Amino acid sequence: MRRLLDARTGGLLALALIIALLPLILPNKFYYDVAIKTALNALVCVGLNLLIGYAGQISLGHAGFFALGGYASAVLTARYQWNGFAAMAVGMAGVGLLAFIVARPILRLRGHYLAMATLGLGIIIAIVLNREIPITGGPDGMTVPALRLGEWRLIGTTTWYWISGGVLLIAVWLALNLIDSGVGRALRALHGSEVAAETVGIDTTRYKVLIFVISAVFASLAGSLFAHAERFITPTEAGFMRSIEFVTMVVLGGMASTYGAVVGAAILTVLPQLLTKLHDYEHLAFGAVLILVMIFMPKGLVPTLQNRLRHLVGGQPR
Amino acid sequence: MAEFLQFAFSGLTVGAIYALVALGFALIYNASHVINFAQGEFVTIGGMATVALMTGGGLPLLLAIPAAVMITALVGLALEKFAVEPAIGRPGGASVVTIIIITIGASIFIRGVVQVTLGKDFHRLPAFSGEAPIDILGARLQPQSLWVLGVTLLVVAALWWFFGRTRFGKAMLATSHNRLAAQLVGIDTRLVLLASFGLSAALGGLAGILTAPITLTKYDIGIMLGLKGFAAAILGGLGSGPGAIVGGIALGLAEALAAGYISSAYKDAVAFIIILVVLFVRPSGLLGGRSTERV
Amino acid sequence: MNKRNFLRTAAALVALGALGIAGAQAQQGPIKIGSFLAVTGPASFLGDPEAKTLRLYVDMVNKAGGVNGRQLQAVIYDSAGDARQAVTFARRLIEEDKVDIIVGGSTTGETMAVVPVVEEAQIPFISLAGANVIVEPVKKWVFKMPHSDRMAVEKIYEDMKKNGKTKAAVLGGSGGFDQSCRKEAKDLASRYGITVIADETYAPTDTDMTVQLTKIKNTPGVEGIVGCGFGAPTAITARNYRQLGMQNIQFYFNHGVGSQQFIDGAGGGAEGMRVPVAALLVANQLAGNDPQKKVAEDYTRAYRAANNNEAVSTFGGHMYDGFMIAIEAMKRAGGTDKAKVRDEIEKTKGFVGADGIYNMSATDHMGLTLDSFKMVEVRNNTWKLLY
Repeated sequence: MRRLLDARTGGLLALALIIALLPLILPNKFYYDVAIKTALNALVCVGLNLLIGYAGQISLGHAGFFALGGYASAVLTARYQWNGFAAMAVGMAGVGLLAFIVARPILRLRGHYLAMATLGLGIIIAIVLNREIPITGGPDGMTVPALRLGEWRLIGTTTWYWISGGVLLIAVWLALNLIDSGVGRALRALHGSEVAAETVGIDTTRYKVLIFVISAVFASLAGSLFAHAERFITPTEAGFMRSIEFVTMVVLGGMASTYGAVVGAAILTVLPQLLTKLHDYEHLAFGAVLILVMIFMPKGLVPTLQNRLRHLVGGQPR
Repeated sequence: MAEFLQFAFSGLTVGAIYALVALGFALIYNASHVINFAQGEFVTIGGMATVALMTGGGLPLLLAIPAAVMITALVGLALEKFAVEPAIGRPGGASVVTIIIITIGASIFIRGVVQVTLGKDFHRLPAFSGEAPIDILGARLQPQSLWVLGVTLLVVAALWWFFGRTRFGKAMLATSHNRLAAQLVGIDTRLVLLASFGLSAALGGLAGILTAPITLTKYDIGIMLGLKGFAAAILGGLGSGPGAIVGGIALGLAEALAAGYISSAYKDAVAFIIILVVLFVRPSGLLGGRSTERV
Repeated sequence: MNKRNFLRTAAALVALGALGIAGAQAQQGPIKIGSFLAVTGPASFLGDPEAKTLRLYVDMVNKAGGVNGRQLQAVIYDSAGDARQAVTFARRLIEEDKVDIIVGGSTTGETMAVVPVVEEAQIPFISLAGANVIVEPVKKWVFKMPHSDRMAVEKIYEDMKKNGKTKAAVLGGSGGFDQSCRKEAKDLASRYGITVIADETYAPTDTDMTVQLTKIKNTPGVEGIVGCGFGAPTAITARNYRQLGMQNIQFYFNHGVGSQQFIDGAGGGAEGMRVPVAALLVANQLAGNDPQKKVAEDYTRAYRAANNNEAVSTFGGHMYDGFMIAIEAMKRAGGTDKAKVRDEIEKTKGFVGADGIYNMSATDHMGLTLDSFKMVEVRNNTWKLLY
């Protein structure tokens, strides 16, 4: 019973409950669609949060990994008639390998140099996807076949709601376990001070590379699922603005908070749908929201609210 | 030869624009270790404000230019005052990521404002001294390119004088080397920070005005210019003024020559490929010093 | 903006995160015309006049009493030219707003991404984008308005052939609109006895095309350049073309440059360039007996009056045609039954629009022919109708 009440299990349970009950109030397919996008964005953010929140490294190129996963699924199933799950696995392995190869040289860099390197990587991926028209369909994108499980074609928004919700739940569980493991402790040390961590014998680069690869694989998986759920993919998915979106979701929700990443993803997926009614003022409003949240809640929504809540019940703020 | 010269002219002109944007990045970075992702938007404001002042306000070019530079500088000051300072002025300061998101938010916001107030169309400014191209050894140059290159040189000279010879410039330089020490010797580092945003915005605005006759101007022209300028600043070594200039020109030339002699299809990727290679080999840029982290 | 609608949507969307009640009810209210357009972003020159045109004509039709005794309501979303957002908005139009028809899709990418959604939902969709793939093969619920990029290239090659030019260079951007035109230019060349001997690309954000043009200039034998593109890069190309003194090579642009903005932005560089465009752009030069003259002039007058005298572009014309064909079909169908309206759109015959005269059929969901495309040349900073 005590275990049920600790933040981790309790949080997982709450998330599962929300996913299970949400369909009761979703009025139509459009809302399911937004919910699917929320879950898949959250999947990327849970991985990215490990990198940004725990390893203290920034990536402005994760959309590149997301799109690579999506295109691996799209191209292999559409052009080479692969099984969707095999394509997805190959995408994840390929992206993981790419991340591993570039990780060492990239993660030697710090702060803004790291931002530039990941940004550059993402943009190069986007440019390649745009230019290799015979393979990727170019800027107009390509249609993606349905994912098949035996004879069962996985189509329809309700099916994909349960798939993406389930995968998100597993991902959150994995991330939480990782954070509580030895790797997680090493990471937290790393976030404090890299040099200090190194002097006490932590191989910082190894952990950074590991987390970079894990977060890239999460993104790749989300990209594959996205491609099959939407049945369409374009190079915009790899774009700079998309990478920014992911980072913003993590930071807005709260760095070093897995649930924060989920909340951030939910807000920034739903918010543009609300703002679109403002027509021309949409971008203006979106920019203003980003600035204001960062000024007034620099730790992000979830940690800030958690702290306030603790204050209210009289506990010690962390 | 004429062909090479033509490519080089193109590269130099575009490179000078990157250099001016990169210089803006360097100025702000020096004063605050902030990367201002809204730097490209200063270029937009400079160009678009000049167009608006001329067509809407009926000002002649000669008056519209200083007015637009001033408007851009004011936007820069406002950005520092209302968005950046509240974040880094807080006890404990703000993380790199927080500031990046604030400035990205600012760039989206500024783009939104320009789009709503001045529209989404592209506009052209008249060239300062006519459109008749100049023939140099078989290559043809727009007279406006000379303006861009000339003013870039002037700006570099002026900055050199400012940082080397004036009291305030030296104070800014001191702040960039060691903020705490600068505060201890009585330098108002907040003022330095504010000034760096104003100055850098003015530079961006100027770049936007100079290049508008060549590149045209539009509410979203700043996005790619900002990214390329950032790449140029990193290439030269963050915070290094001469580095920013060298980085900008180098990127411009590399792009033009790659498009000319290899293929124009991947021209846009050239800048980012170069930057990745350089960072892998020399993580602190071409002219950047090595830094150590304090524990 | 409809405030009540906004609040309702807001409430429903908040429900995604917590608890809430969403009200989605269909009522016998206004006829809803849904649209997703590239109002911002790189293709805003398409979506902006399209959105303005839709708003304008919904107003005008409502003032004149509506359609079948019901008022019209436009629901417009800004897709920023992004296919992913287009899909989201198409679902939203169908599921949440419960629109009766969709007229929109500024770009080919958006349109193609949305096709599976509208086919599944069985709702008539009139696209405003260029590429042939949209209606080839024919899709049951999908129609499209403007001339295709293939027709633009055909018109250009006809003109080259007529003037005895056989060696072409292709220059275009890397965006979807440009790529589609470049592909047609290369595919169709042999049919007109033309060989493409140079092919150059630029990025949509490029600010200088002298390198690409220099390479074309130094390719011996080029007699005509086919430019594929739109927006600022085309104006910069025109400027660089003059800077490099290449006027001895005839420059053709596709219909993406069909606006006064292009000529102004080029600062004199566009002089002598030829462009295949819809009649709308040269309405005042059309012969008095040209059936399109009245439509084009009326549209121009209405659009300019409503938008601060802003010059018309051909893109707003696409929306005019799509909107009119949609409401004509609803009138003939006597209601908004989706299947009936679809059938009636397919039966559109002899409809005189801004882009040309439409004759649709079960095998042709565009309905335009090459004759309604006009070849124009830039002379003294304005469009001059050639033929």
